[in-house]
Amino acid sequence: MISFGLSEEQEIVRDTLKEFADEAMRPIARDCDEEASIPQDFLDTVWELGLTSTQIPEEHGGGGESRSPVTNAILLEELGYGDASLAVAAMAPSAFANAIVDHGTEDQQKRLLPLFCTEKFHAASLAVAEPGAVFDALKPRTLAEPKGDGFVLSGVKSFVPLGDRASHFLVVAANGEGLDAFIVPREAGGLRISGPEKNLGLRGLTTVSLELERVEVPQADRLGGQAGCDVRNLLAGSRAALCAVMVGLSRGVVAECVPYAKDRVAFGEAIAKKQSIAFRLAEMHIETESMRWLTWKAASFVEKGLDAVKPAHLARSYAAEKCMWIADNGVQVFGGHGYIRDNPVEMWFRNARTLGVLEGMIGV
Amino acid sequence: MIDFTLTENDKAQLARTRAEALICRKYAREYEEREELPPDELPERKEFLASVEVVPEPGPDDSPRPVMMALHAMGMYWGDYSIRLKQTGGGLGNAALTAAGTKEQQEKWGHLTLSMAITEPGCGSDPSMVQCTAELDGDEWVINGEKIFVTTGIRAQGAVIWATIDKSAGRAGIKSFLVERGTPGFEVPYKEKKLGIRSDDTAVYLFKDCRIPRENLLGLNEEIPKKSSGGFRGVMKTFNMTRPMTAAMGLGLAEAALDFTREQLEEAGFEIDYGAGLGTLPAAVEKFIRLEAIFEASVLDTLQCVWLAGQGKPNNMESSVCKAHAGSAVRVITQGCIEILGPMGASREHLLEKWMRDCRITDIYEGTGEIQRLIIARGMLEYTRAELS
Repeated sequence: MISFGLSEEQEIVRDTLKEFADEAMRPIARDCDEEASIPQDFLDTVWELGLTSTQIPEEHGGGGESRSPVTNAILLEELGYGDASLAVAAMAPSAFANAIVDHGTEDQQKRLLPLFCTEKFHAASLAVAEPGAVFDALKPRTLAEPKGDGFVLSGVKSFVPLGDRASHFLVVAANGEGLDAFIVPREAGGLRISGPEKNLGLRGLTTVSLELERVEVPQADRLGGQAGCDVRNLLAGSRAALCAVMVGLSRGVVAECVPYAKDRVAFGEAIAKKQSIAFRLAEMHIETESMRWLTWKAASFVEKGLDAVKPAHLARSYAAEKCMWIADNGVQVFGGHGYIRDNPVEMWFRNARTLGVLEGMIGV
Repeated sequence: MIDFTLTENDKAQLARTRAEALICRKYAREYEEREELPPDELPERKEFLASVEVVPEPGPDDSPRPVMMALHAMGMYWGDYSIRLKQTGGGLGNAALTAAGTKEQQEKWGHLTLSMAITEPGCGSDPSMVQCTAELDGDEWVINGEKIFVTTGIRAQGAVIWATIDKSAGRAGIKSFLVERGTPGFEVPYKEKKLGIRSDDTAVYLFKDCRIPRENLLGLNEEIPKKSSGGFRGVMKTFNMTRPMTAAMGLGLAEAALDFTREQLEEAGFEIDYGAGLGTLPAAVEKFIRLEAIFEASVLDTLQCVWLAGQGKPNNMESSVCKAHAGSAVRVITQGCIEILGPMGASREHLLEKWMRDCRITDIYEGTGEIQRLIIARGMLEYTRAELS
């Protein structure tokens, strides 16, 4: 039955996270960007919200709530509205943990999930993106060759969030026939972590590159064990999550532009009264709404266990283009002020371009 | 709970609509060239309707009625524009009668097909410039003026028209009147010749000292509101369901265009792989997927708008959002499909070029894209009409 209705619980999550975004994220976003770091305080506060542990089964120490990618999409929009760097940092561990919940073997769940049910923030990250030109997540250059009962991983990963402190990485690699994801501990032999990377956007977020030089991984650390797992659907979930952040970012741009355009006077009237500006704002609103429904649809397919590749691809293709367009026009509405780092729109402009080309990072 | 899947019953109902739509598609070119509505009794369609199994009434677990209305409209227009026929029953005027008429008026005229006559040669998007007049003379209104672009104007048995009872009052002086066909002084001189939707009977109306009973004023309120636009708003309310339906109709045509293009691409050996990265997709496929994303985005806007209506929640802003979005989406999609297919797309051997012409109206009627954007911007900026126009 087609419905756009939030459950009561989802409404509470949305409202709580909106408040959190206003109070704990927006005020520190600029400093995080300038200093290229996120205060531990923030990560600890966000951890207390239980975003990661809530959907982990009770037997592994979690909240035991059923996994809800749609709820995660709703909360990621709010976090994205707060700040994209902080949103990705806050949810990067969830992406790892949820992949284990959704696809992990019993042994993998038992070993890894309790890490995320402790009181202190615990980092672990997806490693999907790669530095080469025209990166295609479904055709990674990182390879997994069978060796004995296990695999040997070789390749380079980039944009690995919180890689400076992650205990584990979930590395997506091509196995010759398809895709697999491997659990690689930080101290694995042959793994070199370099960074922090210096990026266009999401500067607050620490990202690293991983060089995998014949890293040996036992069969037990192949996600899903002997059977492997549907990495395409895992990647679809990541795309939906990145879209949700882009919806939040876009909404933030619109919310910033409206009062400015009403306040800024040129040629005797507020620029908002000129159709050129007013129509652009209307367009930004239309596209933000559309992006949200596309994102929900993709997340809902993941939630229902349907093939989410198509809806996630459509959502990503659309959101990446429109979020960039919205942030770009946000700068234009502000004119010279949009170019100055005192105002947030230039930061959102950089973040929009970055989010739109990423893969992995977070999940729903 | 957020859900984007259809129930089995939803699917069965929509499949039936689409099967019927496909029958009507066969006649699309013929009636477009004749610039005539196809008759109701297309032989195959009659057989189909007689043979088809009755689908159970939707239950509480099926998609809400307004959502299904929009999906049915999409399904019908996916067949072709000319499938309109009498399936949709009344015209726009019926919606206006329901929104603004008294109970007695609705009972009296509700069974008629009613057109809606607003636009005039010198007045389109700004209806406050209406020049058509209604003057009270004894117990009769005397109507004078000209109306153009009247949808279903030929076959309508009556018209809801906008006329001013006091030009000096501006928008506040505009009222809706019901004029039955056959009333002396009400002439229908000709049918418009159009870019698309040619089988649709779009008419011109002339009113020359046309006398109608005093009770034909919809809502029976003869007062001119002092402040702003009290009466006018009642009339504008009509659009909260008609805008998303208009969007759905245009999107049905866009979907037909996408389906045709997909078939042709596949026949030509292109694989449409939604998982593949940019580096591996042929340009034609990449372009196609982008158009599909636009389609999907616009459909979801429309469904969200009608879903709100089903919840009894206000959807004024959303009805403009989905109408504005669909208006531009269907232009981009159908023009893009022709671009992908090349000369084949521009050939009248296929219906694609027709769908491009037909759906171009989506961004014009029921409030142009510009009007929708004004409404959205006013809502966002909390501006009045006077502050932003």
